[in-house]
Amino acid sequence: MSKTWIGKNVKRHEDPRLLTGRGTFVDDITLPNLYHAAILRSPHAHANILAIDASEALKYPGVVEVVTGEDVVQKTRPFSVVVKTPFKYYCAAVKKVRYVGEPVAVVVATDRYVAEDAAALVRVDYEPLPPVVDPEAALEPGAPILHEEVGNNISCHRLLDYGEVDRAFAEADLVLKERFVFPRYSSVPLETYAVIADYDSSSGVLTVWSNFMGPFTLHPVTAMALNIPENKLRFIIAKDIGGSFGIKSSIYPYIALIGLAAMKASRPVKWIEDRQEHLMASSSQTDRVSYREVAMRKDGTLLAIKTKIIDGVGAYLRAPEPATTFRPIGNYVGPYKVKNLRVDAYDMMTNKCPTGPNRGYGCHQIYFEQERMMDMAAEKLGLDPAEIRLRNFIPADAFPYVTPSGGIYDSGDYPKALKLALEMSQYEKLREEQKKARKEGRLFGIGIAVGVDPSVSNMGYITVAMPAEVRSQPEYLPKSGAVEAATVRMDPLGGVTVLMNSTPQGQGHETVVAQIIADELGVSPDDVVVVDDFDTSESPWSVSSGTYSSRFASVGTSAVVIAARKIKEKMFQIAAHTLKVSPQDLELGQGKIFVRQDPKRNISLKRVAGTAHWDLLRLPEGMEPGLEARGVFHFPMADAPDSKDRVNSSNTYGFMAEVAAVEVDRDSGQVKILKYISVHDAGTIINPKIVEGQIYGGALHGVAGALFEELVYDQEGQFLTGSFMDYLVPTAAEAPKLEIGHVCSPSPFTPLGSKGAGESSSETAPVLIANAVADALAPLGVKVTELPLTPKRVWALIHDSSSTEVGR
Amino acid sequence: MPDELRTIQVTVNGTKYDRQVRCRKLLSDFIREDLRLVGTHVGCEHGICGACTVLFNGQTIRSCLMFAVQADGAEITTVEGLARGGQLHPLQEAFWENHGVQCGYCTPGFLLTALELLQRNPNPTEEEVRIGIAGNICRCTGYQHIIESVLAAAAKMGAKTV
Repeated sequence: MSKTWIGKNVKRHEDPRLLTGRGTFVDDITLPNLYHAAILRSPHAHANILAIDASEALKYPGVVEVVTGEDVVQKTRPFSVVVKTPFKYYCAAVKKVRYVGEPVAVVVATDRYVAEDAAALVRVDYEPLPPVVDPEAALEPGAPILHEEVGNNISCHRLLDYGEVDRAFAEADLVLKERFVFPRYSSVPLETYAVIADYDSSSGVLTVWSNFMGPFTLHPVTAMALNIPENKLRFIIAKDIGGSFGIKSSIYPYIALIGLAAMKASRPVKWIEDRQEHLMASSSQTDRVSYREVAMRKDGTLLAIKTKIIDGVGAYLRAPEPATTFRPIGNYVGPYKVKNLRVDAYDMMTNKCPTGPNRGYGCHQIYFEQERMMDMAAEKLGLDPAEIRLRNFIPADAFPYVTPSGGIYDSGDYPKALKLALEMSQYEKLREEQKKARKEGRLFGIGIAVGVDPSVSNMGYITVAMPAEVRSQPEYLPKSGAVEAATVRMDPLGGVTVLMNSTPQGQGHETVVAQIIADELGVSPDDVVVVDDFDTSESPWSVSSGTYSSRFASVGTSAVVIAARKIKEKMFQIAAHTLKVSPQDLELGQGKIFVRQDPKRNISLKRVAGTAHWDLLRLPEGMEPGLEARGVFHFPMADAPDSKDRVNSSNTYGFMAEVAAVEVDRDSGQVKILKYISVHDAGTIINPKIVEGQIYGGALHGVAGALFEELVYDQEGQFLTGSFMDYLVPTAAEAPKLEIGHVCSPSPFTPLGSKGAGESSSETAPVLIANAVADALAPLGVKVTELPLTPKRVWALIHDSSSTEVGR
Repeated sequence: MPDELRTIQVTVNGTKYDRQVRCRKLLSDFIREDLRLVGTHVGCEHGICGACTVLFNGQTIRSCLMFAVQADGAEITTVEGLARGGQLHPLQEAFWENHGVQCGYCTPGFLLTALELLQRNPNPTEEEVRIGIAGNICRCTGYQHIIESVLAAAAKMGAKTV
């Protein structure tokens, strides 16, 4: 295959429709006789529901139905969850509310305005209960208990032990221990959740249009909750999704709730979440407190890591949680060759919104601890932060590399990437600038952060949330694999159509697929039509379908390659039969299949396609007519966790090395990013501009977590950041300008060598900025262990310091 | 009464519409639901994100912060009105060429904000572009490709008027 189109900045095929207002988002879809829903939500963090009176609401003109917890408990079942802990998570509150914003009732009416009017008329009598909002406090004896049937607030606890941790700590020259706090921030896509549900009572099929992004493991979960057979729950995903960054995995409880409303109302119902609802009650990452200990040799060798993590998962442990805790289990050690790791993980239920995937899922939290610790160790040992990392990197000749927790890193050259980042940043010069700045009394800091970027989640990793004894029971169905499918069709005139089911949310899949097909089949990308309309009743989907865990560039593209090569093989057979040569003698180029030794003997693709469709008696004997092939790609190393809890949690592993320089304003505590260098190894890059765009977006998401964004609750569990005036997302005025560099270690496990890149910098940016700010504040002798580094927090760090400044 | 009906006349993208609307209907909902011009997107409904930006008598406004009745007699341009005769506007072309679009949800608002910016300041610096578009939120791009798109459009549009 010649790489004519792979690696090129092909302009996106999606853009003309999106630039002219012709996209199709869920809210753009309408149905005949469509009704609209508004959701009444809990104003309390924790309360018993004594009574609900919807009579006034039902009398309101235009209202057709009100759904309450009573319907929920009668018509639906609690959602399946990952663990065996006996709490019940329904699609709306039943008898008790456990977080501010929990759905209590759904009003269905002729339009949204009327539905909202009537929601205000639903009377709910609450008996408030004491809440618990802090994950550590939830673990304390005597803490208020959310689920009486559980008896405490622990939804999941696992102690994972790899290598010889105690021995390594006993032999260490230096042991450091630190407490870290990582806040809740979220994906906050510009398009909120959106659901349209339509129940056909004659067939029993519930059709749901939504902006759900997968994984489709959650489709059977939703069907079971609704008590309908899986094949009678039809998910149609809108052609265009207005961003997701993880959060639209967690829409499925609302699919169930609006589905229930549509069934009860016997009418199609649309629900568009508003921004306040989204911030308050959709999903977010966990809030985490962690205690990390590292054992080091005095030369800077990292010998062992011990970490106790306490994740706040909110009121219910909602699938795919506790994946925040376990998604990075295979890459827990990051890029370092340390052999000994212990993770003591608690997932605590608290009176906050349930959590779920957010870009970087689980990685930015562990890299925050890890990369802060590397800097702290470097300082103690008198090493440069770059040097201590270089001394611990897995060497370039060690790949594929198996981590102590079972990750199989496919490829990489970590020293090369970090060295490139240092060179691009003019690191030595930056250190000189810093010396000068410090002499002038300015708070100038340089940060370094590195991270391994996992992509394509193994469907089995999450089962590590359950003890090996449970997983080894005969009745237990192990889970493994990571798969994607694509269908390639050539029509009678030689045109190529590719059917995908990848639920993209802005990643340009239509374009990337066209580029791959163009190279595989020797056509122009502009001539390839890519249809990415996901419909569970029509698409060749699997439970792992969807766009999450940066999976498309590895697994989706691979399925396309396989399908294209199948078609190509068939075309070669037809051409060989027609030209009376062997398929091995043939080559593809410029719209033709020709005899390698005698290019004048050739046949056009169009003629081959015509033969396959219209001249079936001229096909080789036994050949199936038509030109259509389905490619299915799956990773054979995506096995279930073993008896020692080792699991290859992802399938390809990229890398990023970043350097930033910041200046902190002493008087205001404001952090200004002066430089941001971001070097990536995403293997083979198919469309550089698209990859750049992913990096820019991911980096700003991480910077936002470092400096601005936090979902804040008060002591009573009241939610304080329900608008864009309180939840501060960065604008162009705050966004740093990135300089991007690439190294390329193609993955040996994918046909094109490609890896994911969509999350990448979102995993390292928070600690990158934290390290830079810590470096800036180093003369004040303060520690940076908590995000976000808002002016208020930084100002407090500056002014609470003992003011025994070094070097002033 | 919020539910009282009023008749309004608006010109949107050059087409005149006479419509009855309820007094409390938002302009953004009117554009999307009554006129079925669904390119105008709603992202926050409290005037911060800028996704619903349209040109109202030549100036950008947040259509989620106005009632449709307030638009009586107004001339409005939405994203659907930018391309003419199948020909993309230079701003749209620049966004296409510079990967200024990812999910596309914020894009209509950015295009109209950038259009007003370039009408006011045809040759902005990068800093001026950053400030000029700081009233619109994008969660996909980190803004870098959007900024490059606006600068490229300025160059393109400047070259055309010279």
